[in-house]
Amino acid sequence: MDDLLREYLPILIFLVIAVGLGLVLILSAAILAVRNPDPEKVSAYECGFNAFDDARMKFDVRFYLVSILFIIFDLEVAFLFPWAVAFKDVSMIGFWSMMVFLGVLTVGFAYEWKKGALEWE
Amino acid sequence: MFATDFQIVLPEVILAAYAMLALLFAVYTGKDAVAGLLTWVTAGLFVLLALWIGAGGDGARTAFGGMVNDDPFSRFAKVTILLSGAAVLAMGKDYMERRDLLRFEYPVLVALATIGMMIMVSSGDLMTLYMGLELQSLSLYVIAAIRRDSVKSTEAGLKYFVLGALSSGLLLYGASLTYGFAGTTLYSGILSTLGGEVPLGLLFGLIFIIAGLAFKVSAVPFHMWTPDVYEGAPTPVTAFFAAAPKVAAMGLLARVTQDAFGKIPGDWGQVLALLAVLSMFVGAIAAIGQRDIKRLMAYSSISHMGFALLGLASGTAEGVQAMLVYMAIYVTMSVGTFAFILSMQKDGVPVTDIESLNMYSKKEPLRALALLVLMFSLAGVPPMVGFFGKFYVLKAAVDAGMVWLAVLGVIASVIGAYYYLRIVFYMYFGKEGDRLDGDISPVQWVMLVGSAAVMVLGVVNLFGIDSLAAVAAETLVR
Repeated sequence: MDDLLREYLPILIFLVIAVGLGLVLILSAAILAVRNPDPEKVSAYECGFNAFDDARMKFDVRFYLVSILFIIFDLEVAFLFPWAVAFKDVSMIGFWSMMVFLGVLTVGFAYEWKKGALEWE
Repeated sequence: MFATDFQIVLPEVILAAYAMLALLFAVYTGKDAVAGLLTWVTAGLFVLLALWIGAGGDGARTAFGGMVNDDPFSRFAKVTILLSGAAVLAMGKDYMERRDLLRFEYPVLVALATIGMMIMVSSGDLMTLYMGLELQSLSLYVIAAIRRDSVKSTEAGLKYFVLGALSSGLLLYGASLTYGFAGTTLYSGILSTLGGEVPLGLLFGLIFIIAGLAFKVSAVPFHMWTPDVYEGAPTPVTAFFAAAPKVAAMGLLARVTQDAFGKIPGDWGQVLALLAVLSMFVGAIAAIGQRDIKRLMAYSSISHMGFALLGLASGTAEGVQAMLVYMAIYVTMSVGTFAFILSMQKDGVPVTDIESLNMYSKKEPLRALALLVLMFSLAGVPPMVGFFGKFYVLKAAVDAGMVWLAVLGVIASVIGAYYYLRIVFYMYFGKEGDRLDGDISPVQWVMLVGSAAVMVLGVVNLFGIDSLAAVAAETLVR
């Protein structure tokens, strides 16, 4: 039983550090920081929009495009991490599978670049 | 080992590589200027692949540990899908060019959707099922909304996307239940791991999977997206929706029910029977009030899917054969009818109101005659091939002891005949009024007249597809 629990020790340490660091950052802001509030500073922040507004407002479709592109490459990284960690065991099939996957993504990336999806103006 | 696996899926690999190369080629060269060229090349590649797959020997093989099947059933469905896709691409090009809709992404997306469909019909595992289905659906959502400046088209795309996502959710929930209770996602393993007794959870999984797939074939009560999407999407896209994806979804439904749950036909047979009866009747009755020919064809397709489901519901090899024959005939009729709808215009603007067909026969006797043949065939009037499609399905139902289903099918067919015959009535005995003008492009003419000719000439021996379908059904139902 002890051995089993000991295997999870790194996770426990990780949790303690995460919670501790979070607390330290919040508390130090509360204790040390200079406070000079004004209405703009204390209002809730939401990037690009008023925090309290009609939910059916129009917004630029490019925000959507950028976030979709972000998700795609975010997912790519999510696949790459376990692959890289287990690189020794994945064999040639695993290696080439990932290369094909990256190749397909690159095709999409080249397409969107050339199509002008990444240009803001 | 791996080399043979890839040999089996080589057509799909070639098509996927082609789609990506075409995308890069177009975006780095003339962009939309090469769209016409790409459309022709894609259609040509579809035909080549269809010939290759069709000629590709016989026998059944599996690849990737049973996840992909290559058997007469998948080959039959793939050839139907590829040929109908090629036909729709070729006949829609003129329409899209004239209305400035032809983007180079269109043929690429159609190619990607077609890969998805090819994977669907050859799937041997719930994973490949979902992979193929999503590749197909995602491409279709985009091409439904390809006319970006039209409210209706974007509405169609969005509606299709939201409801499609819902149905995918249902399907995934069913797949996860199935996996949870059976311990495997392989079709061949789902029932064999259980000792005779089918747990309730597995039944729930089965029903959810069927519900998700019923969405894709637009069977009642999962049909509500169909009329709006058919009406809103540009007509060439509607023509594509009405043909290949239906075959793929039907093929997939046949695969799941027969391959994975073939040993318990009683459990899914009654569900499919209910879907079939509802689809036949709702399709037939709701179409009566439609004035828009695209909406009318949407309800018509719902009703036809009901008949195809009737074949599946009987649960026999004969039923699967009847379904395949029915789908092949339906796709041919649908391509011909949509070739006509694509040519309907007045002063250069596309018209979809059926009233505009008044006295059409006086102006264009040959085209009116071709449409008459197609309408009779869709209605299932005896001398046309469409009748034999219905006959096979009904016979399969009767032979499986579902006489009441067959009787309901006949009643629905008679009700449905009304709105097909009304179009014929308008064309030949309607009142004088504004007529359609404009020419039909040569490709559309060939598709329209060719499909009508097939409906008449096929009476002799159905061009042998029934024996091919019999071989295909044999491999699926063991």
